[in-house]
Parts: sequence; structure tokens; C-alpha cells
Amino acid sequence: MKFKPMSAIAALALSVPTFAMADADDDTLVINGEIEIVTKAPAPAHLDGALDEVMSGWHFRDDTTQAMEMDDFDNPAMLNVEAAAEVWNTVDGSEGKSCASCHGDVEESMKGVKAVYPKWNEAAGEVRNLQMQFNDCRVNRMGADAWKYDAGAAKDMEALVTSVSRGMPVNVAIDGPVQAMWEHGKEMYYTRTGQLDLSCASCHEENYGNMIRADHLSQGQINGFPVYRLKNSKLTSPQGRFKGCVRDTRAETYKPGSNDFLALELYVASRGNGLSVEGPSVRN
Amino acid sequence: MAEGVKPRVKAPKKAAAGETVTLKTLISHKMESGQRKNKDGSVIPRSIINRFTCEFNGKSVIDVTMEPAISTNPYFEFEATVPEAGDFKFTWYDDDGSVYEESKSVAIA
Repeated sequence: MKFKPMSAIAALALSVPTFAMADADDDTLVINGEIEIVTKAPAPAHLDGALDEVMSGWHFRDDTTQAMEMDDFDNPAMLNVEAAAEVWNTVDGSEGKSCASCHGDVEESMKGVKAVYPKWNEAAGEVRNLQMQFNDCRVNRMGADAWKYDAGAAKDMEALVTSVSRGMPVNVAIDGPVQAMWEHGKEMYYTRTGQLDLSCASCHEENYGNMIRADHLSQGQINGFPVYRLKNSKLTSPQGRFKGCVRDTRAETYKPGSNDFLALELYVASRGNGLSVEGPSVRN
Repeated sequence: MAEGVKPRVKAPKKAAAGETVTLKTLISHKMESGQRKNKDGSVIPRSIINRFTCEFNGKSVIDVTMEPAISTNPYFEFEATVPEAGDFKFTWYDDDGSVYEESKSVAIA
């Protein structure tokens, strides 16, 4: 990690605005000594003129936090993954099925799934993220109750399904049937809200690398989600995080699980196209 | 007994004689401090792991007294010198009297 006093950053930011990006470090992330994670990549084409390079939030955390993600034994989110692996094999609902009844081994069947989500579901005619897909299975195939959005079990399952895709490049489609929703998400990203009059871009595009009070601003990438946050020692989903961010602009937030946040999730995920799936990650 | 308690240890399977190895341990446990109150205002009883020990072939490596301020899922990482082949034995002592054990064998490479 490179530390610079606040005043130095501010001075540099004033004179050479683009210099701020030097503040992300140049460490490389390899998990368990074998899964190589692409944490810096050329920005996808749709970010032309906005960003040159996309970076995982991992680069903006300090060395000790970074290290926790490099070994599954040290990553507290792996406890959630373990818990979800049990749920994967547990029969629930009226049909007498578990996830494994249809999908078999999670490491085989779910590999690569996270990399392309949220995505268009042709049969349902809607964009779905992982949690929505879980509930479709639970209700329509298993005859079980749907999980509430961001319920503990749902986030655990999100972590499990994400973990088996680690190292694969994020490749979320932005055209075709999802385009309208993607455009909506993009508009939300650049719209200032709240008493503080901030858009997502105000912090995560124009000021990443700088400090906002005691916090080191990242690009707000969600390739590492769900994320285990040390501050509340639990998993946070992308939409849960959005809620926190919107609240911090002192605006009324959207509801996690709402169509608006789904649009934002789709758009923000697409900003990370080219980075590796990294979740469940560890952040402060 | 506290629910969902599961000890985990990461230790090398082989070491050179006299080598110092790193051991990582974690036990999933809620570590209820005894300071919190529930909705009715009554105190949630303390339930923590109060002692953790590690022995190598019967000889003490580490012996830790743990207090209520330690957070959930306590994690310990420490080093030990391996003079000969043998077994590391890890023991966690729960407030409710439960004892959780785990052991790892180390061969001399």
C-alpha cells in the first residue's frame, strides 16, 4: 500500500486531477496460491471517455485486509460459503428436492454463472440477478418459500455460487433485451441525488483514489461481491451496498430487490467487464 | 451447547526437523459477550470460548485465556517449531463445558 498524507493528495488532485489513480496499489491478487485474479483491466468499450482502466476495490484496501482474501482459510466469507454448501445439498419444500437434485455438484454446474449475471431470462421476460434466480428455483421447482431479498441464506448462496467462478472474467451483456434496463441503470449512475447532491460517478468515477474523510474511494466495482465487510462482520450484496451509498448522499434509498437497484446492479456489473470474478471478497 | 460450532485448523503436512511452521486456527462460535440485552431488556447469557490450547506430542505450544471482548469466530495464527514427527492437538473450551478438539499430524520431510 502507498500512503500519502491527505494534504498531499488534495494538492495533487488540484494540480493534476488524473494523478489520483496512482493511489491504487500495484499488488497482485492470487487466491490460495492458485486462482489468479485480474484486478486491473482495460475499461470496456462503453466506458470510453470515462475510464481508461477498471480496477477492483481490492487495490484500495490496506495490506492486511488484502491478505485476508488471499487464503480461503483467512477469508471470513468462506464460512458463509460453507454454510451455503450445506443448504445446496439440503432438501427443502414440497417437491422433495435440493439444489443438488437438479444441479449436481455446485463447482461444476455453477462455474461461470456469476460472471454473466445479472442477465436476461428469456422464459420470464425479465432481467434477473442471482438472488432472483434462486427464488425462481425455490418457488417453482422445489416448492419452497422464497428467500427475502438479502436474507442471510440468500447472501450465503450468492457467495457460494460466486466463489466457484473466481478468476473468470466478468462478461455481462449490455445489449439486446437488457439494453433498456442498462440505460436506466446508467442514468441512475450519473444522476446526482440527496442533500449532498452526489451521483455514483461523483465519487467512484471522478474521485477514486482520493479520500472521502477517512474512506479511500474505490471505483465502486462489484466484481468482488458479495463482500464480507469487516465493519459489520457480515456479507453485503451489491444492492445492499448501493443502499448504503445512496443513504450516504442523504437521499431516500431505493429498496434492495427493486427494479431500480436491479438496473443499477446490471450497469455497475457491466463497468467491471474484463475484471475477474473475485467474490466473496474482504473489504473494510 | 452453542450451535454451529466447528473447529478448523490449517497446518502443513510436512516440515523439516527444527523448522518453524505457521498454524492457523479458527472456530466458528457466536462468542456472546454477556453484555448485550435482548428485546425484553434481559441480559443474554454469556457464551464464549474461554480457553484455547495447542500441544505438540503432549508438550504445550500455546495456552490462551480468552475474554468476552473477543469477536465472533475467533481466529488464532501462531508459529511452532517442529523438532520431530508428531501430532498437534488443538483444544477449545466452551463456557458451557463443551470441549472441541482437532488434531493434525506433521511428518518430517
